[in-house]
Amino acid sequence: MIRYELLKSILPIIRGHLVVCNIGAPSQELYALDDQETNFYMLGTMGLCSSIGFGLALAQEKTVIAIDGDGSVLTNLATLSTIGNHQADNFILLIVDNGSYGSTGDQPTYTSGRTSLAKVAAACGCENTASVPAENVGEVLREAIAMRRQSVIIAECQSGNVDVPVIDLDPVNIIERFKTQIQDI
Amino acid sequence: MATATDQKIVDSLARCGVGFLTSVPCKQLAGVIELADKSDQCMHVPCNKEDEGMGLCAGAYMGGRQSCIIMQNTALGVVVNTLATLIQFYHIPLPMLISYRGEVGEKVACQVEMALHTKAILDQLHIPTYHFSDSRDVQRLDGILTHAQMSRKPIAVLTDATFWRSAQ
Repeated sequence: MIRYELLKSILPIIRGHLVVCNIGAPSQELYALDDQETNFYMLGTMGLCSSIGFGLALAQEKTVIAIDGDGSVLTNLATLSTIGNHQADNFILLIVDNGSYGSTGDQPTYTSGRTSLAKVAAACGCENTASVPAENVGEVLREAIAMRRQSVIIAECQSGNVDVPVIDLDPVNIIERFKTQIQDI
Repeated sequence: MATATDQKIVDSLARCGVGFLTSVPCKQLAGVIELADKSDQCMHVPCNKEDEGMGLCAGAYMGGRQSCIIMQNTALGVVVNTLATLIQFYHIPLPMLISYRGEVGEKVACQVEMALHTKAILDQLHIPTYHFSDSRDVQRLDGILTHAQMSRKPIAVLTDATFWRSAQ
């Protein structure tokens, strides 16, 4: 299962929740699949998806799902220790781990080698950390939302992207509609 | 030990509705961080690096809390991309309370190197910058914080060694 198929499989689960989505291919694919005003698309700033999602979860009570990637998490690994040391029951970090930098041409990341993000996250103090085959992510995600449990789910995916357009939304539009939706959902 | 000036800064943050604060450790701003950590009005989440901190602040702002980051001027070398492509691009208000090392009276030569670039980086990014060099400057903080929120921009408050020496 590649990222696009994983995203497609979890659409019914994440719809209606606050989603912060990683820069590049992940946001473009999610936007093409199912644009929602509750989606915050990152148009720049590689590495900060987990941090933005966590700040959002700390600031308010509704469930937040941050969809990050292995390459991006590797650029901001220390934020896992911030997440591991503060409790936000409404925060779910979903790391799409396809072992590659998808947006730049699928060059391998170190998670395709000897690095385990699950072990790093657990060592950083993140409880409820699990590495899950892509096919089972929906079930684990659904349970984490229902149980209201801070979780890190590492989705084991295959490398590969789908050809989708660049996001044509204005950044201020993205953030303003998102902020409005927080009050309404 | 926190001073009256530290308390004035924390009071100003509270008056201006700052509900989320992140920080990296700083000797000069230690008193402010200590008081903010005890404050009921403001959530304080220390970060590991300033770009991470700005990500936390952006998220907290999206969640309805005015945010603020406490950092040293050397960190401006870390956060240029984040300021441009996240904070400015999405029109996120973000006051940066910065200890300005490397000015006259500095004892560590290396601090001077980033002091040379500090105002140039802020100018290049068109970030409104306010230089505090006397403890009485703290009276300007309410207006500056309000201005950042109104204009939805990052702003920089540079607090130099003279400011902290005159602080009581």
